[in-house]
Amino acid sequence: MSRFRTIAAVGLATGLLAVSACSAGSSADPPESRDSATLAFTAEPANLDFTTTDGTAIPQVLMDNVYEGLVKLDQNGEVVPALAKSWTISPDRRTYEFKLQQDATFSNGEPFTAEDVKFSIERVQSDAWTISLKSYMDPVERVEVVSPDTVRVVLSRPSNSWLFNMTTRVGAMFDPKGVSDLANQPVGTGPYELGEWNRGDSIVLRRRDDYWGEEPALRTVTFKYFQDATSASNALLSEGADVIANYQALDALAQFEGDDQFEVSEGTTNGEVVLAMNNASGPLQDIRLRKAVMYAVDRQALLESTSNGMGQLIGSMVPPTDPWYEDLSDLYTHDPQRARQLVEQAGGPVRLRLRVPNLPYAVAAAQVVKSDLSEVGITAVIQPLEFPAAWLQQVFTNHSYDMSIIQHVEPRDIATFADPAYYWGYDNPQVQRLVAEADTGTPQQQNARMQEVARTLAEDAVADWLYLFPNVHVFAADLNGVPQNQVGESFDVTDLSWAS
Amino acid sequence: MGRMLLRRVGVFAVTIVVASVIVFGVMAVLPGDPAVVALGVNADPELLQQTREQFGTDRPLAEQYMSWAGGLLQGDFGTSYVTDAPIGPVVVDRLLVTLWLVGLGLVVAVALAVPLGVASAVWHRKARGTALAAVSQAGMAVPAFVLAILLVSIFAVRLQWVESSGWVPPAEDPVEFLKQIALPVLSLGLVQAALLSRYVRSATLDVLREDYLRTARAKGLTPGRALVRHGLRNASIPVVTVLGLQVVALLVDAIIIEVIFVVPGLGSLLLESVSNRDLLTVQGVVMVIVGVVLVVNLLVDLLYVAIDPRLRRS
Repeated sequence: MSRFRTIAAVGLATGLLAVSACSAGSSADPPESRDSATLAFTAEPANLDFTTTDGTAIPQVLMDNVYEGLVKLDQNGEVVPALAKSWTISPDRRTYEFKLQQDATFSNGEPFTAEDVKFSIERVQSDAWTISLKSYMDPVERVEVVSPDTVRVVLSRPSNSWLFNMTTRVGAMFDPKGVSDLANQPVGTGPYELGEWNRGDSIVLRRRDDYWGEEPALRTVTFKYFQDATSASNALLSEGADVIANYQALDALAQFEGDDQFEVSEGTTNGEVVLAMNNASGPLQDIRLRKAVMYAVDRQALLESTSNGMGQLIGSMVPPTDPWYEDLSDLYTHDPQRARQLVEQAGGPVRLRLRVPNLPYAVAAAQVVKSDLSEVGITAVIQPLEFPAAWLQQVFTNHSYDMSIIQHVEPRDIATFADPAYYWGYDNPQVQRLVAEADTGTPQQQNARMQEVARTLAEDAVADWLYLFPNVHVFAADLNGVPQNQVGESFDVTDLSWAS
Repeated sequence: MGRMLLRRVGVFAVTIVVASVIVFGVMAVLPGDPAVVALGVNADPELLQQTREQFGTDRPLAEQYMSWAGGLLQGDFGTSYVTDAPIGPVVVDRLLVTLWLVGLGLVVAVALAVPLGVASAVWHRKARGTALAAVSQAGMAVPAFVLAILLVSIFAVRLQWVESSGWVPPAEDPVEFLKQIALPVLSLGLVQAALLSRYVRSATLDVLREDYLRTARAKGLTPGRALVRHGLRNASIPVVTVLGLQVVALLVDAIIIEVIFVVPGLGSLLLESVSNRDLLTVQGVVMVIVGVVLVVNLLVDLLYVAIDPRLRRS
């Protein structure tokens, strides 16, 4: 008898545990503490050292929150002061003189001075930084400390993109005494410092008492990582999270849209979803065929069916937050008749390999593209490739593709079209000259040249810019200050606050 | 007994070696250079080479295997080149979390399946017995992750009785621990309970038809007492075999369940490490899972001996 009783008792005990857990949950819900927030993200950083580990996860949590640069981007994509109060540019556009904030300190207590700027910039150029982005610092010839709060940076050639790139992680300011354990212990000048890191779960940022600027409203901000989108949604619905950042399951938005407890914001990103065409080899070397693709694909319909109508048609490689943005989405209107004629002129029906990464948005878009193309005499064979490794190897590195679909997320990546070795296979000396001139000219010249580049790319039908990926956040309706646009690498939490 | 144990240990060792070769081989052919993943696609070739040397991924495969396997023999899993931390302690931490899930899942499974299975066997000619059998049959057809999503939307989202995700160590906050682990454990346990109850039912049915049970009844025992005193031990032999397999199934299910409930166990570590191309950690995790499976099999064999005295004599 004893065995049976034991088992029954265990069963009973389990049941009781479940019941007690339930009642504890319903009766003892703590009042929400109003000086903290939990944000749901997808990818957790493997370590916290963005000087040796690529990817978006580390700067997303650390830039602007823990680390600051001399300059940063505002929500409109403008370069604005951060640790530099102001700066001047010499007439030959090679010398930048920065006036620094005087009372800024690092989270280890050390003051922030011009010496730290010199140290940080030179460190990017040293072997300490290994990621590919370190090339952003190539234009710098030398850094001179003028006084404790003035620093002069001399470039070997004028470069507008250098100042812009200083808003990214490459421009982060480090303390010489704070770089011994970057992978675990970031030391920056920002309003937050690393509180706790529960690996496999969350990173907690804790507000500093001695921040030089305006103190943020929230005492702690938790970046919680959900690999599964449904789990993140459930956490928001059950008050386990306050924000889902960069919401991806756009067709599941309906569950939040009807509910006034939640708000859905849509903003812009730097993520152009591009139907890439191989300009260097295969049938798509023929511009008539590339134009046929432009006329054949109904981008508005594609947007409706693959991203719930969210996102924006752009028509070239420029998001609206870049100063030289121009709406080119009407250059090729949906015109299957014209596309069919172009296919005929180019020699009749063709078969093309559409090799896409196995990412939801790409696979969904590929289906629409395939069906649009089939109506004009182009047979697209969809070949999904594992992302990132297989896609990078086959398409990006070996250029073994006719068409592909991928989101290009780097800011101002229109410059890639000036690189003939890039996987577009586009070699146009005029575009290369314009991009180079834009980098060395005045801001006005830069805008004019870049507009010309964007227009030329569209006219040459180098690629089909399907749409700009939307930046969708879902969050508790009484949470203010969720950044709407994604302009840089960071998710800036410093403006978050609860409505009282 | 001693010979059997020796043979088992031999099998154990050979399996571990074979498994380590397979795991290492699979990782070696996985596309994606860890150095490229770390530095970005446009990285400087010289820095890439330098990083490969630092990671040790530029050495011949045989040499990499020998140094990894040599470390394993001494209990050293190596140092992750992605997180820059020793892998052993991380894997152990995560394993403990997963063992909570698997252990409690097993408790739920057994606690439900044994009474359910026995009852549906005893009542197999009655309507309620058939109803119980149907319930467990239906339960078997539901994958754990589907049940998980269902449970979350009812108990965490709608009723808000428990948490939809998260993890607190039991020593830190036992109440919160129970609230967070309740749904993952139920998702794992209920499915296995349905499966297990089928085996309990058929094993009990077999026993009920045995002559010795009729004899027990004849000497005056009630049907219930007869079953408990003479039947259950015999019925438990096939059930223990299934239980061993179920621990393995729970381990595998836990990988998905951990992702759904954001539990920092072995499964989520495995997923993170694969996407970061942290090959050494992936190898370490898989080896630990293989090790656990082998230990479970060993325990099952020992349990046979404990349950069935006839095996002790031979």
